[in-house]
Amino acid sequence: MLALLKREILLSIRAGGGALTGVLFFLAVVSVFPFAVGPDTKLLSHLAPAILWIGALLASLLGLDKLFAQEREDGSLDLLVMQPHPLAITIFIKALAHWTMTGLPLVVATPMFGIMLNLSPLGIGATMITLLAGTPAISFIGAVGAAVSVKLPRGSMLISVLVLPLVIPILIFGVAAITGALEDPAPFTAPFLFVCAITLFTSVLGPLAASIMLRHSAD
Amino acid sequence: MKLIIEKLNLNRASQEIVSNISFELSAGEALIVTGENGSGKSTTLRGIAGLMPLNDGSIRLLDETGKQFEGEVREYCHYLGHQNGMKPALTVRENLDFWQKFCGEPDLSIEEALDEVDLAHTIDLPFSYLSAGMKRRVSIARLLVSDRPIWILDEPTAGLDAQSVKMFTELCKNFCEGGGILIAATHLPLGIETERTLEIKASN
Repeated sequence: MLALLKREILLSIRAGGGALTGVLFFLAVVSVFPFAVGPDTKLLSHLAPAILWIGALLASLLGLDKLFAQEREDGSLDLLVMQPHPLAITIFIKALAHWTMTGLPLVVATPMFGIMLNLSPLGIGATMITLLAGTPAISFIGAVGAAVSVKLPRGSMLISVLVLPLVIPILIFGVAAITGALEDPAPFTAPFLFVCAITLFTSVLGPLAASIMLRHSAD
Repeated sequence: MKLIIEKLNLNRASQEIVSNISFELSAGEALIVTGENGSGKSTTLRGIAGLMPLNDGSIRLLDETGKQFEGEVREYCHYLGHQNGMKPALTVRENLDFWQKFCGEPDLSIEEALDEVDLAHTIDLPFSYLSAGMKRRVSIARLLVSDRPIWILDEPTAGLDAQSVKMFTELCKNFCEGGGILIAATHLPLGIETERTLEIKASN
């Protein structure tokens, strides 16, 4: 399984792997907002948590279409599915590798983008923590979407449509937690724990659902 | 060790492709699956490899005492399909190293396996740099790096030149002599003593 993680990470670093496209896309989304909102820094810093979360959400969807479709194209999927390892664990590792190469860089890049949006240091810290806890869930849910659309030639659009509604709870609790950290009466802990719970929940359910899907879509 | 296939029945998009295939193979035996294009050779092989849901029938692997092996039969199989299952962006060594570690049961080292297919010099080249025949030979080397008692090969010699085909039949012979079970869809006889042929006819 460690070999699989190493291979996935190697693949995303190599040419055509798209390791940094997530961060670049994140940058693109986040940097257009100030132009749209205008020079009102107060409004911008108020909107910043939501902007950062939406940016991260969209950026995390990148590369999901390749998760299984590419494996299927070159015949690797058959071999991955045949091995004695539980398929759900294999998918868990693949989703984890996807998060490592798309979600994790977003967390690291957040301070820079936070400054662009006039977010306070406390807000930046809260955003990083909630993104760190929440973005893995997007990869785990995304694995289900990728498994569903594995046979479709251009399934990336379908994946986004399937996955986005399912990740809305994470978005709600993630942004609520940041707001809680910044504004006094609102709580931080409760929504943050919800984010953690969703991630833990999807880390089990996502790979399981995707493995059932992959087994049944084999032909 | 004995592989028993009984009344195999496979559908593709609710259309029956393969019906009522039964055979038994003991350790050291080889089965050549022949048939016209579209007669269901690949479907049969994929069914045995556990890559397609069975409509009906059973696939069992028994040991000498008649006891069934633990787990699914597919876990004891190497499958070589039409595609090579290698990543173009990785080197030959990285590709084989991954499959060896992921499949477990290491057998030959990567260097030895590549020596067997005469590709030792390509070990550090990206897989995408190789020609079609060389790619095929690397995926044949994959069969050697981890140990599986059953080989399921779908058109294994596609793209190979005469010399490589000879080398490949030699490998198959060695595998069967070592007690392996081989099932291959190919138009070439492999020249294995224990070789049998199964002709699949299109079911409609």
